[in-house]
Amino acid sequence: MSTERTADVATAGTSAGPVLTASGLRAAYGPTVAVDDVALSVGSGEVLGIAGESGCGKSTLAAVLSLTARPPLSVLGGELTVDGERLDLSGGRKPPRTWRGGVVSLLPQGAMNALSATAKVGDVAVDVVRAHRGRVPRGVALDLLADRLDALDLPRRVIGAYPHQLSGGMRQRVVTVLSTLLDPRLLIADEPTSALDVSTQRALVDLLRELVRRGLVGGIVFVTHDLPVLRAVADRIAIMYAGRIVETGPTADMVDDPRHPYTAALLSSVLVPEPQVRRRRIGGIRGAPPDLADPPAGCRFHPRCSLAMDVCTTTPPVVGDAEAYATCWWTKDHPDEPLERSL
Amino acid sequence: MTTDDVPLLAGEHLARTFGRGKDAVRAVDDVSITLNAGEVTTVVGESGSGKSTLARLLLKLLPPSGGRLLLDGRDVTTGADTTAYWRDVQAVFQDPFSAFNQFFTVRRLLARARRLLGAELTEERVNTALEQVGLRPADVLGRYPHQLSGGQRQRVMIARALLMRPRVLIADEATSMLDASLRATILNVLTDLRSESGLAILFITHDIGQACYVSDRVLVMSNGRVVESGPTDEVIFAPSHEYTRRLLADVPRLHG
Amino acid sequence: MTRFTPRFYVAAAIVAAVLLFGVLGPLVFSGHELGTVVGGLYDHPSGRLWLGTDNIGHDVFTNLMYGTRTSLVIGLVAGALATLIGVVVGTLAGYRGGALEEALMGVTNVILAIPSIVVLILISIALGTRSTVAMAVVLGVTSWPWTARAVRAQAASVRTREHLDVARLSGAGTMSLICYDVVPYMLSYLCMAFVLQVSSAVLNEAALSMLGLGPSGGVSLGIMLHWALAWESVRTGAWWAFVPPTLLLTLLAFALLMLQSSLDEVFNPRLRRFLRRRRPAATPTAEAA
Repeated sequence: MSTERTADVATAGTSAGPVLTASGLRAAYGPTVAVDDVALSVGSGEVLGIAGESGCGKSTLAAVLSLTARPPLSVLGGELTVDGERLDLSGGRKPPRTWRGGVVSLLPQGAMNALSATAKVGDVAVDVVRAHRGRVPRGVALDLLADRLDALDLPRRVIGAYPHQLSGGMRQRVVTVLSTLLDPRLLIADEPTSALDVSTQRALVDLLRELVRRGLVGGIVFVTHDLPVLRAVADRIAIMYAGRIVETGPTADMVDDPRHPYTAALLSSVLVPEPQVRRRRIGGIRGAPPDLADPPAGCRFHPRCSLAMDVCTTTPPVVGDAEAYATCWWTKDHPDEPLERSL
Repeated sequence: MTTDDVPLLAGEHLARTFGRGKDAVRAVDDVSITLNAGEVTTVVGESGSGKSTLARLLLKLLPPSGGRLLLDGRDVTTGADTTAYWRDVQAVFQDPFSAFNQFFTVRRLLARARRLLGAELTEERVNTALEQVGLRPADVLGRYPHQLSGGQRQRVMIARALLMRPRVLIADEATSMLDASLRATILNVLTDLRSESGLAILFITHDIGQACYVSDRVLVMSNGRVVESGPTDEVIFAPSHEYTRRLLADVPRLHG
Repeated sequence: MTRFTPRFYVAAAIVAAVLLFGVLGPLVFSGHELGTVVGGLYDHPSGRLWLGTDNIGHDVFTNLMYGTRTSLVIGLVAGALATLIGVVVGTLAGYRGGALEEALMGVTNVILAIPSIVVLILISIALGTRSTVAMAVVLGVTSWPWTARAVRAQAASVRTREHLDVARLSGAGTMSLICYDVVPYMLSYLCMAFVLQVSSAVLNEAALSMLGLGPSGGVSLGIMLHWALAWESVRTGAWWAFVPPTLLLTLLAFALLMLQSSLDEVFNPRLRRFLRRRRPAATPTAEAA
C-alpha cells in the first residue's frame, strides 16, 4: 500500500511523491472542534494556500500540521505522512523530537518579533543548527547561514546584526531563512504577511517562492485570510469554513471559477485596486459563522448560503477529485454553470 | 455660515515633530487636506508614513507643531473648547477590542457622551445611533465588549461616533482587523451615511483596495508628506508619482 | 475568567489563618489579660501557660496574639497608605507625562535614595510617644516610592491605549479618564503592589521594634523580640520567648510574598501554562483510509 522509503530519497527536490499527505485531522479546544476531519496534500515544490476568515480553524490547522499544538488545544486524531514517513496523531501521541524544525518547520504569526533582542542573528543560527545536529562548530553553522543568504540574495551583513538594527521586512525574511536553515521538508507559514506593508509582503512572497524553487524546502503550507496574497504565492488553494475544507483546487481555477458558494462570497468581498471593485457594491456575507461547539448539520455554510436547498442539511457530496473538489449540492446539480452569476 | 467654497474641515500646512534636536522625527511634514460635506477622502500610506499622526492632529488629540486647523473656515487650531469640536468631528479606530474600556457595558460607554451632549443625550438618540449601524439596542446595550463579536464591537464604536451627530468622521484603519466579508458590510454602513446625511468621511488606511472601493479622493502619504492626491480614479489607475506607482505595483491582485 | 491556582489558595489560607489568630485569637483564648503578671521570669511552657512567660512574667501566648494584631494593623495601614500615595503619584506622573512627571519622579527618586531605615529611626526618635497608627503612618510615608515608580510605568503604558482616545472623544474629563480608564486597568497590578507593601511594612515594623523604636505602650511581634533579646533569652535557653514571634513573622512574610507571586500567576495566565491540568483526549476517532 504505502511505499516504504528510506533516507536516500530525502535529497532535496528529487522525490516526485507528495511532501505531505494528511488525513482525518481533528483538533479541539475543549468542546469546540476547531478542525474537523481535514485531509490535504502538498506536492513536491508546491505551495498550498489555506484561506478562511477568523475562527474557521486555519490557524489551528497550522498548529496541528507544524506539530506545535499545545493545551488548551488538543489533537484528537489524524495521520500525517511527510516524505513517506507516517505519523499517527491519535490518542495524544507525541511527535518525535527530530521532526520539529528538521522535518516540519513553523513560520509563526508575527515572526518578525520572534527574535531575541539580545542575540545576533548569527548566534541564533548557531543555536538552531546545534539544537538539531548536535555539536556543530560555530564556523560551520555560520557558513551555512552565509551560503543561504547568498543563495537568496540577502545581504551577509545581517549575520552580525541585532534584530533592532534590521527593518521589519528584513527581520521577517531573516526569521524565514532561520526557520528553513535545516532544509525542512515542509514549512508551515501561519499568517506571515498580515502585519507587513505591501512592499515587504511582496519580498517575503518572493523569498518563499525562491525557497521551494531551489528545493531548500520541500513544500509550503501558507495560511492567511488574504486571498490576493495567496494569488501571488500559492499553486493550490484550500478554503476552510467552520473547521472543514469546503473547496480546493489550482489557484487560478479557484479565483476565476469558484465552485463553492462560500469561496465565491469570499472572493467577491475582496477589495483590490481593480476597476470592477470601483463599480459595484460589495455585499459581504449575511449572518455569522456557526458556533463550532454545535455546528449546523450537513453543509456548515447552508444557514448563510443564498443557494441553500433542503438537501443541504445532509452531508454535502465531494464534487471533483482529491486535488480539486468542492463540497456542495448546488455544484453537483450544476456542474458547468458558473457560480457567480447565480449568487 | 457655511458657504460652498469653504471646506467643512481643513488642515493647512499641518506639521508634527516628535523628539528634539538630532533625534527629531517629522511624523507629519507640511500636510494640507480638505474635507467636504458628503465626500469620502482616503489617506493611504504604509506603516510609519505619518498617516495616524495626521488623524490625531485632525482630531485634536495631539497639538500640531505647525500649521492651522479650520472648521467651517474658523481657526480652531489652539481653541481650548475641544468638547465643542468633538461634537462635529468624531472618529472610529483600528482595534475594535482595545478601543473599548473592558470594564464598561455598551450602555455606559455610550452614556459617557453626556458631558458633550448634556440633556440631548436621550435613550432614543442612543437607540437611533445603534439602529443606524444595524444593531438592535436590546441585544447590545447590556453587554460587555468581550460578549460581543468583532463586527458588533466595531459597529458599537461607529454608533458611539454617530451619537454626536458629527459632520466629519475620521476612520483610522477602522476595518483593517475585520474579515473581508465583514469589512465590506462596515464600509457600506459608513458610505450609506455619507449619502443620507452628507457626512464627510476620512479613511486612514494602508489598504489601497479599500481606498479604491469607497473614496472620492485619495491622498498618498510617505515619510510624513503627501506625495500625490487627486480623484480616486486618477491616483489609483493613472498614478503620476513614482512612489504611488511602486506602491501599487506591490499590491497583490486577484485577477491577472 | 481568572482561575486561581493551588499556590494562591495555600498562601491565602496561611494569611487568613494569621489574620484570624490576630483578630479573633484574643476573643477565643481569653484566659489571660494582656499585661498582667501571671508567672515568674521565663517560666517554662506548661498546660496553663502554653508558651511560658516572658521576662516580666507575662503570658507569651497572649502577647503573641496581641502582637500579631499590632503587626497586622501596622502592616495593613502602612501598606494601604503607601499604595495610596504611590498610586496617586505614579498615576499622575504616568498619565500626565511632561514636566509634572519629571517633578514627581524627581521627588520620588530623592526619597528612594534616602536610606529609609535611617529616616525611620530619626522619625521614630522625634516622635516622643509612638502610637500604633503613628508607626504605620511613618512606615507608609517612607515606602511609597517603589509603588509610585512601578505604577508610573504601568500608567504610561495604559495611557497609549486606544480606549482613552475614544473616551476623550466622548468628552470624558481628566479625572474621569484616570478613575475609569486608567486605574481599573492597573487593578490587578495594584493588588500585588499592596500585598508586597504589607509584607514589607510588617518586616520593617519588626526591625524598628527590635531596635527598641516600636510603638510605645503596646506589644508587637518586633517588641517581643526586642525584650527577648534584651533579657538574654537566647543565652538562657528560653526559646519560647523568641521562637514563636520569629516563626509567626517568617510565616506571615512568606505567605504574603507567596500570595503576591501567585496573584501574578492568576493575572498573567502565561506564567502557569504548565499548571493547567492536561485534558484527557476525547475518544480517538478511527479514520481508516
